[in-house]
Amino acid sequence: MADRGGMVERRGAGLWLTHLGLILGVAFIAFPIWLAFVASTVSQPEIVRPPMPLLPGDQMWENYSKALTSGVNAPVALMLANSMVMAIGISLGKIAISLLSAFAIVYFRFPFRRVFFWLIFLTLMLPVEVRIVPTYEVIANFGMLNSYSGLILPLVASATATFLFRQFFMTVPDELAEAARVDGAGPMRFFFDILLPMSRTNIAALFVILFIYGWNQYLWPLLITTDPSMNTIVMGIKQMFPSGDDIADWPVIMATSILAMIPPVLVVIGMQKLFIRGLVESEK
Amino acid sequence: MATVSLQDIRKSFGKTDVIHGVDIDIADGEFIVIVGPSGCGKSTLLRMVAGLETVTSGEVRIGDRRVNEAEPMARDIAMVFQNYALYPHMSVFDNMAYGLKIAKTPKSEIEARVAQAAKMLQLEPYLQRKPRELSGGQRQRVAMGRAIVRKPAVFLFDEPLSNLDAKLRVQMRLEIKALQRELGVTALYVTHDQVEAMTLADRMVVMNGGVADQVGAPLEVYGNPQTTFVAGFIGSPPTNFLSPALLGQQGDGQIGIRPEHMAIDPEGALQGTVAYAEALGAETLVHLRAADGTQVTVRQDAAHAIPAEGSAIRVGWQDGAMMRFDAAGRRV
Ligand SMILES: Nc1ncnc2c1ncn2[C@@H]1O[C@H](COP(=O)(O)OP(=O)(O)O)[C@@H](O)[C@H]1O
Ligand SMILES: [Mg+2]
Repeated sequence: MADRGGMVERRGAGLWLTHLGLILGVAFIAFPIWLAFVASTVSQPEIVRPPMPLLPGDQMWENYSKALTSGVNAPVALMLANSMVMAIGISLGKIAISLLSAFAIVYFRFPFRRVFFWLIFLTLMLPVEVRIVPTYEVIANFGMLNSYSGLILPLVASATATFLFRQFFMTVPDELAEAARVDGAGPMRFFFDILLPMSRTNIAALFVILFIYGWNQYLWPLLITTDPSMNTIVMGIKQMFPSGDDIADWPVIMATSILAMIPPVLVVIGMQKLFIRGLVESEK
Repeated sequence: MATVSLQDIRKSFGKTDVIHGVDIDIADGEFIVIVGPSGCGKSTLLRMVAGLETVTSGEVRIGDRRVNEAEPMARDIAMVFQNYALYPHMSVFDNMAYGLKIAKTPKSEIEARVAQAAKMLQLEPYLQRKPRELSGGQRQRVAMGRAIVRKPAVFLFDEPLSNLDAKLRVQMRLEIKALQRELGVTALYVTHDQVEAMTLADRMVVMNGGVADQVGAPLEVYGNPQTTFVAGFIGSPPTNFLSPALLGQQGDGQIGIRPEHMAIDPEGALQGTVAYAEALGAETLVHLRAADGTQVTVRQDAAHAIPAEGSAIRVGWQDGAMMRFDAAGRRV
């Protein structure tokens, strides 16, 4: 008995240590974000005068409204809207295209099926940065600079998502497709009535990942949006940094950073509910 | 309701021949069971009738129409799959109604037909549930319901009971038979279970390696098997095969005698050593080893005394119980 008591005590201590470690880790990661938040609520002189404040100031309203309505080059509200269009466009586009290509690869026998699969797979090895010059050339020739389609289209193809849906479709029993065929459903009917609803938890999970991917695009928007009204928020933050002798308006930049984080966080929280529900009522 | 006829059906997957020419004529309203061991091509044959597999050569006719090239939907069939293949995200009602919806059946008609099928299958309380909220037996009924509401000309079943426990299997077997009688729909039913085949079939087709060894009424097949394979496959425990030499007779080939036709008899023609005896309650299976090492099983009533293991006994049978097969395994 005594031994067991000792063991529990030791385990208790271990538990505290683990928690301490975790709390330290969280604090370590969260601290810069906290600093950014604090910086977005104080005035410019307070930031530049050391030591840096660690508690929020009273300038929050002023800084945030200034950021949203006028910003530095373009109003942040506009950049947020641009980012939103781009991120949603990319994620929905990627999901639609990869669902369809996975459907084609798994359910249809056509010549060179394997070749097409490997071609799609190959694009995994060509991230945006690698093919950026030719892509720019193409988009410029199509006259899509400074446009939403220019921001979205080159990023829409996705080998990863195609791969994921392919794996999922391959776990769907063949009998389901056959039952649908006996019921008289054509291929597209089967796709929309059966495959799509069955994939919805995968779609939700992918949407989260792809939304953040689209939201965080930096290099591509930087290249093709020369008009400040088409800037996206992530590149916009960088644009706000002073060049040469200008004085940076740090509180507004920090407010912009905080604003830039909100939509991805909301998407994660919102979608989390959906895919946890999906996991709980697992369908197979 | 329709007749079905298969004429010299063959199927190859690439270079592998799986079905080597099968002919069956099925009368309107008949219940045909295709039975055979795993891998003999039962499912392939059924799926060719369903239109889920192309026919390499031969002709499939449903009613008076050649359907080789027709889509499953156009063949007026309904199929029940081994794993039920219910749409997991649809309610029981929607699962049953899906085919009708696609066929653009009026809504009121769909509701009436589903309600009728649900009533027949005692599924009324579950219409709004999802398949995962049902027991195995209930899922099986939904799969049946989905087939019934279409009012097809032919029912196709691919081992529909093999995922159920033994007790439920017996119960569903009776229900399927009753349902098919009531609806009078032609049915083609695949199973590897010879008891299912015996109890359900109007006529059964015993498949062996892609060939239909024998087609006939269950008792006819049981009583008069045409090949050693059929004699060994239909009936449990399986038929004993003895070499003529063992009985002091001439010729090659084999002599088949069913265990239930043998009895321990001091005057019997065959001598053997008792290897072990299985007392099953109502009956006892006595396993012997004959002089040349052949395993022989005698099935006797539990009322008879059980011989001791290792004792030498003799078994006998009536002359009519002997079934002679030639060297190729054909009945002579
Ligand atoms: N799509 C296929 N491709 C190649 N061989 C197949 C295919 N489907 C079935 N087979 C082969 O055909 C034979 C019969 O299969 P099947 O009809 O499923 O047997 P059963 O239903 O009697 O168990 C098996 O040997 C199986 O390996
Ligand atoms: Mg099978």
